[in-house]
Amino acid sequence: MIVPILKQGEFLIASIQSALSDNDLLALRDALVEKVVALRIRGVIIDVTALDVLDSFASRTLRDVAHMVRLRGAQTLIVGIQPDVAFAMVQLGLTLEDIPTALDLEEGLSYFARKKR
Amino acid sequence: MFETEKRSIPPSSDETATTLLSELAAHLRESRTQLRQEWAQRITKARLLTAMTEQEVFTEATAVYDQYVEALETGTFETLTAYARNLSERIIPRGVETDEVVGIVLLLRDVLARSLFAKYQADFAMLNRILDAYEPAANRIANTVAVGFVQERERIIREQQEAIRELSTPVLQVRERLLILPIIGVIDPQRARQLTEQLLHGIRATRGKVVVIDLTGVAAMDSSIANHLVQTVEASRLLGATVIVTGLSPAIAQTLVNIGVDLGKMNTVGDLQGGIEEAERLLGYRVEQIMPREKLADPLDDIAR
Repeated sequence: MIVPILKQGEFLIASIQSALSDNDLLALRDALVEKVVALRIRGVIIDVTALDVLDSFASRTLRDVAHMVRLRGAQTLIVGIQPDVAFAMVQLGLTLEDIPTALDLEEGLSYFARKKR
Repeated sequence: MFETEKRSIPPSSDETATTLLSELAAHLRESRTQLRQEWAQRITKARLLTAMTEQEVFTEATAVYDQYVEALETGTFETLTAYARNLSERIIPRGVETDEVVGIVLLLRDVLARSLFAKYQADFAMLNRILDAYEPAANRIANTVAVGFVQERERIIREQQEAIRELSTPVLQVRERLLILPIIGVIDPQRARQLTEQLLHGIRATRGKVVVIDLTGVAAMDSSIANHLVQTVEASRLLGATVIVTGLSPAIAQTLVNIGVDLGKMNTVGDLQGGIEEAERLLGYRVEQIMPREKLADPLDDIAR
């Protein structure tokens, strides 16, 4: 299942709609990192609202995306983590330490809007 | 002597038991007014159901009597069970105890047995057969009613426990996007779990941005609960909310240091007031006093007037 990546001004929005295989995740990572420079992107928002599980591979891939995107000159924000998923992740020690998070897409966009000012 | 008597009775098949029971029911219906009266009197005399008026006791007694006779006759307990549950629902809040309910059912059993003795005393063999049919049925009825009452009580207790648990971790919204979670008393693992769940869902439901967890009312916590607290703070961050912990007692501070909590991740303020002020600052609020204190109306003036 391919995750659609939408360009919205200076931002990329990747909204994950269903559980992804490891290969899908890697494809998403490569596509995002590729587009950040190609489209002169300032921020990447990954929306995981639809996911009710985030395993260690997915968490690690999200972290990798964030780090790679930063090296390519943009910022990554994860939005929409479900309450139960959040606690399960913390219990497994997957806290996405240095990656900013927001409640939902709307919050995520206003986070970047604040950063610009 | 009794043994020989008993052996002379033809083994009662189900069918004869049914006939006997319907004969019995007919007799009990006939003497309904008198037996019901006697039962109600014995309830009063035994000082059972003191929480209810005599009139109420009589009304309930009538209903129970009729259901009882019906259950005896038909051998089906659904109506009686339903009635027992309904009755329990009404009388439990008035403080009726289990021993009272069991007491009145046993009294009815006795009253009816007495009347059977009186009716069949001339025919000992018949009395025996009648009792053979009556006793198991009556015992089952007593059992059904008592179990129904106890189950109802347990249901009420469970409901109340549930309510107390929910009330014990209230997530309150004090301003747009600002939640506070005051915790008072001992936190056990179950309460900790519930606290986390209510907080995380509360953040999602109210779009909370800053949460103040106030631990002023918690004297101490063990390291597993402290660890759980730290996890809750991290999980809240994953939802995009910032947590401020206030009112940490020296003992809890010690526990947190002992488990080696990363202080960079924990945002703590001394007391609840400071925590709310910090939260307002994070949310961009400025609260200022618009009237000098000396010009403020004294609330006591209103009372003096």
